[in-house]
Parts: sequence; structure tokens; C-alpha cells
Amino acid sequence: MSGDIETVEDFRLRARHWISENLGPIQPEDQNQNCENDHAELVAVARDRRLQRKLFDGGFAGLCFPRDYGGQGLTPAHQRAFNEELRGREFPSRFAVPTFSPCAAVLLEFGTPEQKRRHLPAILKGEEVWVQMLSEPGGGSDVAGASTTAVRDGDSWVLNGSKVWTSRAWWADWGLCLARTNWNVPKHQGLTVFILPLQQPGIEIHRIERLNGESESCQEFLTDVRVPDGDRVGEIDAGWSIGTRWMYHERVGANSPYVTRPLGLTSEAAEGLSTVAIARSAGRLDDPAARELIGESRTLDIVAHELQRRLAAAAASGKGNTDNSAIDRLFRGVARVRQATIAFDLAGSAAAAWTEEEDDGAGTPGMQFLMRQTACIGGGTTEISRNVISERVLGMPREPSGDRNVAFRDVPRGRKPG
Amino acid sequence: MWHVLSADQELFRDTTARFLRDRVPLSQLRKNRDDPAGFDAAYWAAGAELGWTSLLVGEGDGGGSISGQGAVDLALVAYEFGRHAAPGPLVDCNVAASALTGQAGDLHRAVLRDLLSGAAIVSCCLGAAPWQRAGDAGIKIHKYGDGVRISGAARPVESAAQAGHLLVTGFSDAGMTQVLVPRTAPGIQVKPLKSLDVTRKFAHVDFDDVRAPASSVVGAFGRADQQVERQIQNAAVLLCAESVGAMDAAFKMTLDWAFERYTFGRALASYQALKHRFADMKSWLEASHAISDAAAEAVAEQSALVAETTSAAKAYIGEYAVELAQDCVQLHGGIGVTYEHDLHFFLRRVTLDRLLYGTPSEHRRRLAAIQILKEGAA
Repeated sequence: MSGDIETVEDFRLRARHWISENLGPIQPEDQNQNCENDHAELVAVARDRRLQRKLFDGGFAGLCFPRDYGGQGLTPAHQRAFNEELRGREFPSRFAVPTFSPCAAVLLEFGTPEQKRRHLPAILKGEEVWVQMLSEPGGGSDVAGASTTAVRDGDSWVLNGSKVWTSRAWWADWGLCLARTNWNVPKHQGLTVFILPLQQPGIEIHRIERLNGESESCQEFLTDVRVPDGDRVGEIDAGWSIGTRWMYHERVGANSPYVTRPLGLTSEAAEGLSTVAIARSAGRLDDPAARELIGESRTLDIVAHELQRRLAAAAASGKGNTDNSAIDRLFRGVARVRQATIAFDLAGSAAAAWTEEEDDGAGTPGMQFLMRQTACIGGGTTEISRNVISERVLGMPREPSGDRNVAFRDVPRGRKPG
Repeated sequence: MWHVLSADQELFRDTTARFLRDRVPLSQLRKNRDDPAGFDAAYWAAGAELGWTSLLVGEGDGGGSISGQGAVDLALVAYEFGRHAAPGPLVDCNVAASALTGQAGDLHRAVLRDLLSGAAIVSCCLGAAPWQRAGDAGIKIHKYGDGVRISGAARPVESAAQAGHLLVTGFSDAGMTQVLVPRTAPGIQVKPLKSLDVTRKFAHVDFDDVRAPASSVVGAFGRADQQVERQIQNAAVLLCAESVGAMDAAFKMTLDWAFERYTFGRALASYQALKHRFADMKSWLEASHAISDAAAEAVAEQSALVAETTSAAKAYIGEYAVELAQDCVQLHGGIGVTYEHDLHFFLRRVTLDRLLYGTPSEHRRRLAAIQILKEGAA
């Protein structure tokens, strides 16, 4: 970074002017990324790529990325100012998470100069959407227990196995993949990180239909996928040191200084329907009990925002424990579950059955209620955050485990037959 | 950085902390249980000298803040009050001081001087609140000749028996009105109440057609809505910061206990079922710190979101401070409900604070009203 950085206030004025000239109002799909069908999704993806390119051409992409890699070399305070100015405006929502955080953040931290030169500018220009190939069918929370295997073959590696819960893999471009390169050492010591293009013959992508009919999540089956050694990130078998930072960037998610996203997108707005609107259509706006629920939901939004601000400020001042992000994750998960329940309660019986035209209205609270636990599952379960908080923030004893100091090949991976 | 303190603020906070530790340790508070005031006048005057009542008062009136953000500085004192379960009418005296600063009347200026020096106490009789309909108000204030007549009742009123004056809030036909009256004025009757706290004493105050001159009105007759709103916001900042202090004390005590207490050959802290509950409590605690600090900052800056932020703080902390304290009792087991143990001081503190100046339900409904207004206009 050069010595003279534009002041945040000068930058803010410049950003405000540029945003008003170049970006239209926010669209519903920017908030919830829900598309009616695959065709609409691909149209929306193309639009997001154009928006990302527009940011790049305007000099507002990758504010916290170094100039050498196409970024602006600015600070988190600049990104925050930009996100504040972006309120109510359209933005490339499909790039925020996981492309910028955790994927680009991990590349920036651990990639070789060549990897960074090749991919970071491409991401900033909207040419590459990334996914994280982390979870496996054999275990969700136990990320270090990955059994997708990479075997060295000359100048390249051959990958076999399966990854799951990869959002949008069916159209995305690149994946950041955690694979096992050594079965003869304890689980954390035999992992390596690779990057690979998703759309290639050795990768079969299945879409997973969720109970609400969406099928954005995918499962990938890797069969003899060849990855050049130049696409290995970090040292061989040292992937877990990357993995812990990777999961930090995942927990920070949309609040990362690498992410461009309008500030104040509340979870209600993100879900696309306000509690006031729900109560109004249920004819309950004057009901004190309904008003309490509206106020409770609003309270959770305001508190979640302030908690995130407090933890980010502590992190920026260097005083925060990096595991504090688990507090934010736990709070947000529990709060969103409660908010889904509130919306469902406010809707009353209207949430049970609805016409096709009401899909985005009356139908939403009921379906979101059925899906509410995703807020406590995706991106690391709240049970794992509770472990992290109690053990690494409060210093309580660790849970006993069956895989410590045991070669990974000898770790029990299922109930013994008989 | 909004939550990083200056050296002056740290010194100010630490001075109050040391004073409270020395003057009102929990062992002393236990003994003060039967004291009708719960504290002595010298304690309060010494605290006022440390700046407890001056932070919301303008410099022209003899007050002043440490940082330029009076509400933030005052929240530091309130936090220490909570952490030490300290006695004394910190909330009411500051609410009254904030109401009286800038008032020109001789009575108002004299009472404010006594508040600042700690020589006298003012109790607040909130006989009408912004979340009430006029018809539901406990106190009515009417014009009468050259003055006003006050009738009705307020409860619970803190330290009313010790107060020199009462700041009375009631509805008039014209709107909210506030009047400053001597506690001994004819027609005022103060009946002591039993309360949940050990050292904070409350009373029921009756106003039987109490007459007061026009010069005793604070602000303009029938036009007090805005000033009452600001006073409620100040009170919310104080009560929230105080509750957060009490939460910190209860949580630390319980965390230490989890490491010390062994059962079935293991520390409590080693059981996952309990670890997860500590994690939940930690998330409530951090969230409470965050929203409490944000409320103090919003009041100090009179930000556009001040009403929402203070109500969200009062609604959230009102609920979760009590949840946390009760969970701390549960994790202690039977010892947690004994008078001998220290935990109940903090449970009492957060339980009372939850109910004063608007319950969580009342503040949630306030938030809903704001949100409905916003979305109706959109």
C-alpha cells in the first residue's frame, strides 16, 4: 500500500457520486437471490457479472485488495463507507459470498503470486464466480475429517471423492477444494488445498432439491480429476492452517471487508418480506400482540447489527479473539430462527395454503418457517459455534474425541458391522 | 472508535469503581437491608462530587462531561453501579438533572444546584408515559388559576422518602406536562413499598389535588412530550448499562464456579451440556454490551435512530439480562437462591431494571409503531 491513501470522507463523496450515476435501485433478487427457474437464474448471473465489471471499470471493485491484483489498496473503513453509500442500490449479490469471502480472501492470504495474478483480477472483473468445496457427505461439521483424496502423479494431482452443499456449483466457475493428501497422519496433518475449474468432464454435478423446492445446493462427484501442482494452495499436508482461516472468512461472510454489499440489508429485507407487511395482510396491525412480535423482530435486527459492529471494531483494534466471530454466528442463527417463527405467527393460517400469485407474499412465511433451521445449520452449525465459544473464547475443556493423535486411516468412520 | 475509551474516561470509570468497592461492598449492602434509605447521605454527596449527577448537565449550569458525550460517560458510571449492585437513585437524579438543565426558573436552578452537589435528591414520578394513552395515565395535571393542580398516583418511585423534590410527569388536556414540586407539599403522601432490591427503596406517591405555581412547570405546560421522550432515552441508557454491569458480574461469578465446582469427578466446565449454555449466555452478554453502548452513543449524538436504538436496548437487555441471571442461578444450583450468596444482588438488579421506564413489551410496541410509520410512509 502506498503512503497516501484517499481520506475516507473524500472517498465517500466520490463513491456517492459514482453510485448515483451508475447503479440503479436494488432489486428483490439482489436481496434474496431467489429466481423463478434456471433460465431466470442464469439471466441474473449474467447481470451480476456485468454489475461486478461495472464496479471494476469504475475503480470500485476490490477496495481492500492490493493494486497489484486489480484492487484499490484501500482500507476496511473505505469498504464500510462504500457499503453505506450503497444502501438501496443494486449490487452483484452473487459475488459477495462465497466468491469474495471466503474464497478470494483465502487466495489473497495463501495463494502464490501467480495464482493471485491469474484469479483475483478475474474475480474483480466479474469473470470468475467461486464456490467452496469443503463439506462432504461423510460429515458436515467435522470439516477436517475430509476424505476426498488427492494423489500425486508427476507434476499434477489426481482427485477422487465427493463434496456437498456447494451453493450454485451448477453454473459457477472455480472451486476452492480441501482434500486429503496423507492418510497416515492425524486428520489435521494430512490435508491440502487445491483450486480447480468446476465445469470439466471429471466432475459430475448433482443438484440437491431442498424441501422448499429450491435446488441451488449441489453435490459434486470427482472422478480422476487432474489438478496441476501449480494449482495447489499452500504447502502439501499443511491445508488445515489454511482451513482455520478459511472458516474464519466463512464465518465473517457478508461482513468481511472484502465484500461489497449495501449496509443495513436486514435479515427481514434479506428474506424479502417485512413483519409489518405480513401483519397488515393478516389484518393484525392494531393487535398489541402482533405489535410486540413486530417489535421483537426489529429488536433482533438492531441488536444483531450492533453486535456485528462491536465484534468488527474489536477485531480491527487487534483486541478481539478471532474466535469471537462464532459469537456473531450463534447470535445470528438463533435470532433468524426466532424471526422466522415470528413471521410465521404473524401470518396466521394464511401461511398454510396460498394461490400461485401469492407465492412471494402469503406463501413466504410458511415456507421460511419450514426452512428456518438452515439459519442454524449452514456455514457451520450453531452447536459447533457453541463449542468454539465455550472452548476457545471462555477457555473451557475440549470435548473428548476419537480422532486425536490417530492416523486418519485408523479413525472410526461409522458403526462397526456386527 | 466508538467503544474504545479515552484515558480520561478510564480514569473516571475506575475512580467510581474503586469508590463503590470501598464504600458499598456487598457485605455492607447485606447489612443495609433494613435501612429505610438503603444508603447514607454522605455516600451520595461523595458520589456527586465524583461527577455522578453532572454529566447530562450543561456547563453553563455547572455540569459537564468527560468526553463531550455525556450519555456515554454516564453509562460508564451506571455500568459500575450494576457491577457492584450499588445503592442510590442514579437513574432518577440524572433524569431530573437532564430535565432541569437549561431551565431558567429560580426553583429549577436551585434544585439543580443541589442535585449537582449531592445535597438533595429528586425522584421521578412517571405518572404518564409515551407508550400510554392519555386516559390510562396515573397522574393528571390541570391548569388552575395561576398555577397547576396535580392528582393521581405514581409507583414505584425510587427513593421518594429521601427526595427533596419530585419531578412529576402527567397528562393534561393539552398534552404531557412536567412539574417540579417539594416532596412535603400539601396533598402529597409517600407510602414506602416493599421491593425486590435489597438497598434500592421504592414508594407509592399519592397526589391529592396538589397545587403548584406556574413557575414550577418544567418546560411549557402541555408541551413536555419531547422532553419526556429524551428523559426516557436517558433512563434507558442508564438502566441498560447498569444491567450489563450486573450481567458481567453474575456471568464472571458463574464462569469461575464452573471451573471450581467438581461433580462426578469432573469440573462443571467440562460438560458439553453446560458449555453450550455458557456459550449462549456469552452471546447474550456480548449482544447486550453492543446494544447498550450503541444506545449511549445514539443518545449522546442524538442520532436519527435514537428512539429505536434505546428501545431495542431496553427490550433486549430487559429480557436477556434476566434470562442470563436466572441461568446463572440454575448453574449454581441451590446455593444460587440463598441470601448468603452474592448472586441474588445481581438477579435483583436486572429484574428491577427490566421493569423501570418501560418493560420489554412496552418498548417492543414502541419499535413496532416506529416501523409501521416508516413502512406506511414508504
